[in-house]
Amino acid sequence: MVEQIVFYVFAAIAILSGVYVVASQNLVRSVFMFFVTLLSVAGLYVFALADFVALTQIVIYVGGVLVMLLFVFMLSSKDSLDNIVNLKKEALSANRIPATIITIALLVILIYAILLADFEQLDWIKSNKLLIEKAQTSNVHNIGVNIMGRFLLPFELISILLMMTLVGAAHLARKEPNND
Amino acid sequence: MISLQHFLFIAAVLFCLGIYAVITRKNAIQVLIGIELMINASILNLVAFAKYDVINNNGQLFALFVIVLAAASVAVGLVIILNFFKRVKTIDPNKANSLRG
Repeated sequence: MVEQIVFYVFAAIAILSGVYVVASQNLVRSVFMFFVTLLSVAGLYVFALADFVALTQIVIYVGGVLVMLLFVFMLSSKDSLDNIVNLKKEALSANRIPATIITIALLVILIYAILLADFEQLDWIKSNKLLIEKAQTSNVHNIGVNIMGRFLLPFELISILLMMTLVGAAHLARKEPNND
Repeated sequence: MISLQHFLFIAAVLFCLGIYAVITRKNAIQVLIGIELMINASILNLVAFAKYDVINNNGQLFALFVIVLAAASVAVGLVIILNFFKRVKTIDPNKANSLRG
């Protein structure tokens, strides 16, 4: 019972702060509210028995991605920080009504599809439900074994990709020579 | 025990919010935030299904890879936004209408 209450509290925080991120007219507030969304989504991962993914989410997203977002935000939109009050509503967002229609249509379709597809009756989910009750230990050990075993090639490939991203981003962000 | 459908509903709502941000915002950083919201929704889906995959943990491993890929794409995207700002002095993606080698 307590588990469910906490789960729905996290879900409500995630969705409400997500709405604020999307609908807010204040750029700074929406960037900072994104922190709250990411943290509460990490809380939802814990309820899906994915504690390691939740930790990774906090370390990489909240620690890395959001700091980078704020950094670029401060570097690039000084003007919008200065005269937040003077900005007209149209200056911040466009296509509001068509976007609302598209979004609500997609949401209705998704929810209808989820309701229609009865996932709880799938064979592999049914057969594993009993296993979940038994296996209450942390699965970090299992993840480590799997990464170093079956997923070794994707693991190495992703490290090469990160190296490429590092070099590419540093190359793109360098100062342009003056001769153009 | 929370049922699988509730995870999927939350993920669907987050995904739609992300799409709304991508369509409406006139600020490249907020468009990027919308994309991140959508990626988070898909990770939530992966993790929710991985709850029932106790032995192999395939979904959680995929979620980890997706998180790393999202971080890499954000790094490159932010650098592109910075370069765009250096050229045009704004980060409104609608103003990006010139191509040059």
